[in-house]
Amino acid sequence: MKTLVEKIWDNHVVKMLDEKEAVIYIDRHYIHEVTSPQAFDMLKEKGLQVFRPKKTTATVDHNIPTLKQELPIEEKESLKQVEQLRQNCKDFGIELQDLGSKHQGIVHVIGPEMGLTIPGSTIVCGDSHTSTHGAFGTIAFGIGTSEVATVFASQCVIQSKPLTMKIEINGEIGKYVTPKDVVLQVIAKIGTAGATGYFIEFSGNVIQEMSMEGRMTVCNMSIEMGARGGLIAPDEITFSYLEQTDYWKNRVADFQLQKENWKLLKSDQNAEFDRFVTIDATEIQQLMTYGTNPGTGIPIGSLIPNQDGGIDYMQFKQNESMVGIPVDYVFLGSCTNGRIEDLRQFASIVKGKQKAENVTAWIVPGSKQVEEQCRIEGIDIILKNAGFELRQPGCSACLAMNPDKVPTGKLCVSTSNRNFEGRQGKGSRTILASPITAAMCAVAGEIVSYKEFELL
Amino acid sequence: MEKFERLISNYTLLETENIDTDQIIPAVHLKSIERINFGKYLFSNWRNEGKLDEIEWPRNGTTNKVLVAGSNFGCGSSREHAVWALSDYGFKVILSTQIADIFSLNALNNGVLPIKISEELYRHLIKLNNTNCQIEIDLETQEVILDSVGKKEKFKISEFKRECLLNGFDTIDYLVSIYSDIENYEQAR
Repeated sequence: MKTLVEKIWDNHVVKMLDEKEAVIYIDRHYIHEVTSPQAFDMLKEKGLQVFRPKKTTATVDHNIPTLKQELPIEEKESLKQVEQLRQNCKDFGIELQDLGSKHQGIVHVIGPEMGLTIPGSTIVCGDSHTSTHGAFGTIAFGIGTSEVATVFASQCVIQSKPLTMKIEINGEIGKYVTPKDVVLQVIAKIGTAGATGYFIEFSGNVIQEMSMEGRMTVCNMSIEMGARGGLIAPDEITFSYLEQTDYWKNRVADFQLQKENWKLLKSDQNAEFDRFVTIDATEIQQLMTYGTNPGTGIPIGSLIPNQDGGIDYMQFKQNESMVGIPVDYVFLGSCTNGRIEDLRQFASIVKGKQKAENVTAWIVPGSKQVEEQCRIEGIDIILKNAGFELRQPGCSACLAMNPDKVPTGKLCVSTSNRNFEGRQGKGSRTILASPITAAMCAVAGEIVSYKEFELL
Repeated sequence: MEKFERLISNYTLLETENIDTDQIIPAVHLKSIERINFGKYLFSNWRNEGKLDEIEWPRNGTTNKVLVAGSNFGCGSSREHAVWALSDYGFKVILSTQIADIFSLNALNNGVLPIKISEELYRHLIKLNNTNCQIEIDLETQEVILDSVGKKEKFKISEFKRECLLNGFDTIDYLVSIYSDIENYEQAR
């Protein structure tokens, strides 16, 4: 009796080093401009080539501007990193989705879109949100630059077998409750280090009914519980998503064949997990974080509990509600919530309304494909009419390595994944929320839940 | 990689929990394409805001090789720059009751030891702070030793990484040496 994680893990063991540690084969390696240059250097220092260049895919996302991408990058250091990646990809024969190419975008948005993230595979990237790809039933996890170099050199990493945790979420989901609210609730329950050492399998009717976009949002934030990764067993929703990707559209026969194998990817009925957690979906409300770690989610309008989650930094007071606090910035985007469904949800709320004057909003699609789809569906027009501007793809204000920085002291309602001190710019204050909540706050100009929003 | 066998040093205490890698090194400092000189950016926001004592946290690095920190140290982003900054600043050992997984591996890959200690030892180190107490780390026996107060605690790290550190071996060299195993695996699929 095995869990899905164990099955995929065992299937990728090249060699056991001892009871726990093994050389693990990596099927897909994604890289970007920030954590790869030093890894290429490590390879060069040893006079090595990339062992399997076709299994690595590169893009630029972390430090690029989200306006005027057709012009040269103004920030010298950012330009240097991007140019270094271009040169390295050329020298080592790696496919690069560069600025201007059809599939450029956030690494965790484009991999699935291109059809490269496939069930049952192992995936790594020098980025902690690699857990996103677990939504397709993969073992996907973030690695540091030294390990990026080991993947270049050998297509393998050395890792210890993770503990397994099952998180089952059952029940009826309430009004305006999105996958982001679901995962914020899970983090609030497990804690920011509660899953350290574990690989999570998400299950239950709430997960089964979610779109792939929603599942990616959930798996994306596994790392915010300290987890090694999080996955969801693939099903018909997974297969129909993949079937429509560029890669699989042109490989119909192969797809049907693969699909039969993918259908077998599930935990055995009586498989034992090291930990089992259940979440009652009926209790999940529209959430928002009040502190400086992602485990501080509370229902909007409830009182900030008496605990130290960074409320001094956030300039909030315990036993007070956040409703009515003016909002300075709204950020819609990131590998957590920069997909087409997120843009659709945001647009559905702001349609026919106007952005509040006191709010600066950054609406950043996760990829070129998402941007293109927004234009096809007229989302760009809806946004424009409501006073918003659709920008160009990148990580943007999620980590503020590019010019999209929230100024010191300003409050930002953000659909990204981390509300750490200074994450969105030095001194910035971040509230994590769903695209729907972000849209409501952008229109209201202050913190609101749907209850206040509907009265506007 | 440099060998690591045994180390005796004073320690620096940072009692904060959930110290994420954005605090260890803010993202604006990740734009270098090299691996050197990150020490000056270690906790740069906190240091600039005067949140860290200037005597305890000298501008140009520390002679204390051990950092004792609150639970869940190194959570968040996978940026190895966090380890490069700690190491360049002078720290070779991190002691905490919980250390994030990706950070731990990054540390081990750079000859920095991430050691998970008991709550009891952590409390003890808080009490002993500023008493000039020295900590001994023995990687051979996997022990943290506080000689002056007669305290010892066993710790565990990956056996493979321990061998690498004791002998100065490198993961890439090992993986290159087993290319035939990797190719056999590929062919057998």
